[in-house]
Amino acid sequence: MDIERIDQIIDSHRGEASSLIQILLEIQRENGWLPREALDRVRERLQVPVSRIQHIVTFYKAFSLVPRGRHQVHICVGTACHVRGATRILDKVEEITGIKAGETDLDLKFSVETVGCVGCCALGPVLEVDGKTHGKITPTETAAVLKSYE
Amino acid sequence: MARINSPEKLEKARQEILSRRKPDAPCISICAGAGCLAFGASEVIDAFKAEVEKQGLTVDVDIKKTGCPGFCERGPVVVIFPEEICYLQVKPQDVPEIVSQTIKEKKIVERLLYVDPTTDEKAIHESDIPFYKNQQRNIICDNIKIDSKILDDYLAIGGYEALSKVLFQMSADDVLAEVKASQLRGRGGAGFPVWRKWEGTRNSPGEIKYLVVNADEGDPGAFMDRALLEGNPHSILEGLIIGAHTIGSNEGYFYVRQEYPLAMENLGIAIRQAKEYGLLGKDILGSGFDFNVEVHRGAGAFVCGEETALLRSLEGKPGEPTPRPPYPAVKGLWEKPTNINNVETWANIPLIINKGGAAFASTGTEGSKGTKIFSLVGKITNTGLVEVPMGITLNDIIYKIGGGIPGGKKFKAVQTGGPSGGCIPAEQLNLEVGFDELTKAGSMMGSGGMIVLDEDTCMVDVARYFIDFLTEESCGKCVPCREGLRQMHTILTRITRGEGREGDIELLEVLAETAKEASLCALGKSAPNPFLSTLRYFRDEYDAHIKEKRCPALSCKELISYYIEPDKCQACMICLKKCPVDAIEGGKKKIHVIIQEKCTNCGECFEACPSKFGAIKKLSGEPVPPPIPEAERTFVKKSKEK
Repeated sequence: MDIERIDQIIDSHRGEASSLIQILLEIQRENGWLPREALDRVRERLQVPVSRIQHIVTFYKAFSLVPRGRHQVHICVGTACHVRGATRILDKVEEITGIKAGETDLDLKFSVETVGCVGCCALGPVLEVDGKTHGKITPTETAAVLKSYE
Repeated sequence: MARINSPEKLEKARQEILSRRKPDAPCISICAGAGCLAFGASEVIDAFKAEVEKQGLTVDVDIKKTGCPGFCERGPVVVIFPEEICYLQVKPQDVPEIVSQTIKEKKIVERLLYVDPTTDEKAIHESDIPFYKNQQRNIICDNIKIDSKILDDYLAIGGYEALSKVLFQMSADDVLAEVKASQLRGRGGAGFPVWRKWEGTRNSPGEIKYLVVNADEGDPGAFMDRALLEGNPHSILEGLIIGAHTIGSNEGYFYVRQEYPLAMENLGIAIRQAKEYGLLGKDILGSGFDFNVEVHRGAGAFVCGEETALLRSLEGKPGEPTPRPPYPAVKGLWEKPTNINNVETWANIPLIINKGGAAFASTGTEGSKGTKIFSLVGKITNTGLVEVPMGITLNDIIYKIGGGIPGGKKFKAVQTGGPSGGCIPAEQLNLEVGFDELTKAGSMMGSGGMIVLDEDTCMVDVARYFIDFLTEESCGKCVPCREGLRQMHTILTRITRGEGREGDIELLEVLAETAKEASLCALGKSAPNPFLSTLRYFRDEYDAHIKEKRCPALSCKELISYYIEPDKCQACMICLKKCPVDAIEGGKKKIHVIIQEKCTNCGECFEACPSKFGAIKKLSGEPVPPPIPEAERTFVKKSKEK
């Protein structure tokens, strides 16, 4: 991500240190993760200590300090999905991708994450891949869905 | 649209909007809420647009993408006005028929109507469907009538009338008196009287005061705030501006959970349009009152729903709670007096102003007034959002509105109040829903999640699940919560794995007590609730896990075994093919047997076995019968024997 774009984002928040989280969220959204250079630029421009940035990017779950996979796999583990068998979907995803929730595989194909509640409990258990919702999914269907991604 | 700078002009604008609209012209409203979108509502909307054009009706027919009306179970939901015909589970291929039959010919497409499962009667209107009939929908009812991206839609149903009244006909004291008379309590969880918060912030010294909308809806299994943010953001905004004028604030913030992109989008549009119309920003409606709002996205931290953590997060810091007092009403955002209310609380304000506080308070119980939106989910026939009067019994919500438990299963408990809430068992289903009533039963109102659990749900696992969630979400600032929950989680996990020890329950109780007493914020203080309430009502399940190494609900993976009953097995090979670890032996005309040493208890075979055979059984706390001898495994079809 180039420095100019980062500067634009910072400027759109008037370079205020109180907007640190919002600025980091925007960089995260555009770039998919937070590279070292981006954090350095933010630190320099906002004049905040690196320790505070580190605290924030590790405290909030939306941030990633490593590159993300090409496909974002979200397994809803909200209560409604949990009682409808979300654990078995998670087990299946972990078995197929070979990684645990919160990780990205070495080929950068999948990033797997569990999420709180995506708000479509009628469809539970729910699997989301790149924003597409797969509802009332079974472990067998999970395997088929994941295999359809390159 | 030019800025509206007087109450008369607002009324005129409303009349103009109404006069442009023909009340008898057909309008097709399609729910575009998160649930229906996941069911494919986008395709249905596109199909309607294309079909209406194809049949040459574009000029006469209005198509609306609306917010969530609540009946997520049967999405996508389509309502045709003015007749208010309600079609459920509509697919793109149904669209041509709806347009040619219902829109053109005024005939009803019977097969898309709701059919009552007990009486087989069909319901044409929303109000005839038991799911809706037994609700009292004061707030969420507007969702299906408006496209939240169009301010005119909100104005057409009387939007911003309350604001106009507050700015020009009422003093701040009058407004406060109405809110006090309504006895409205905060809908976010704690149930603090709204008027007291408002009064506290208003009376706090200082020129600058802030207002905050807490839209960090984090409880897993709860999405009522999402439906309001997506479906009717102006109602929240109107409530907020009324609050601002009453309290004396010129700056407000929405703190929205980052997992809700559509809510962010719709809210952003609403704010922009309200500014264009002069309903927000400088000199609102020409009254001289200024109020601005900004939207902040949360960054994924459950604890930020707690008000002091939320304020720190708004300041750009990690969301770690701070001790109260001082309360935000005295020292909040950037140390200025701050009033924080939840989304649903703000959305109730215009209603209170329009109908009067006393009218609002006429519904409900002694301590809880008005209506409350719940998200009814889990093992329930009608999943969705329900708005009910306070004081309704749990029984009515679950059976009359929710349609009971699917699959002929038995009700076990209902979990309310989010992760820090509790479970209420069958014996207490006559409990009236209200803040104090639920707390007395060992649970709480919380923000309004209502998760129904059936006989297949293990209560120890439910406790473990919530403690796990809260361990993850603990900010780590204070020890009783950070370490206490971690230990509780370890012990509960041990119990669900059949490794529970004598004395574990007592140890859990000590840890729970400490977290309750010594944690800094509400997250830690209430975190042991899921354990305490399940122990209170389901102690036998804990004992079965620890003493007999048995899971009565046949749910804990480590405590169950799968077994094929030889006399029921039809040697169909379905389970055998499904098994991911080749743990099933057998063949064509050869009765199948699970090799227990290889089996990973994944349960795929159990689900694969056709229900008419039902040959696979779950066992817990008893030895698995030995496999039948090779020689007896030849399958003989019973009918041929005779």
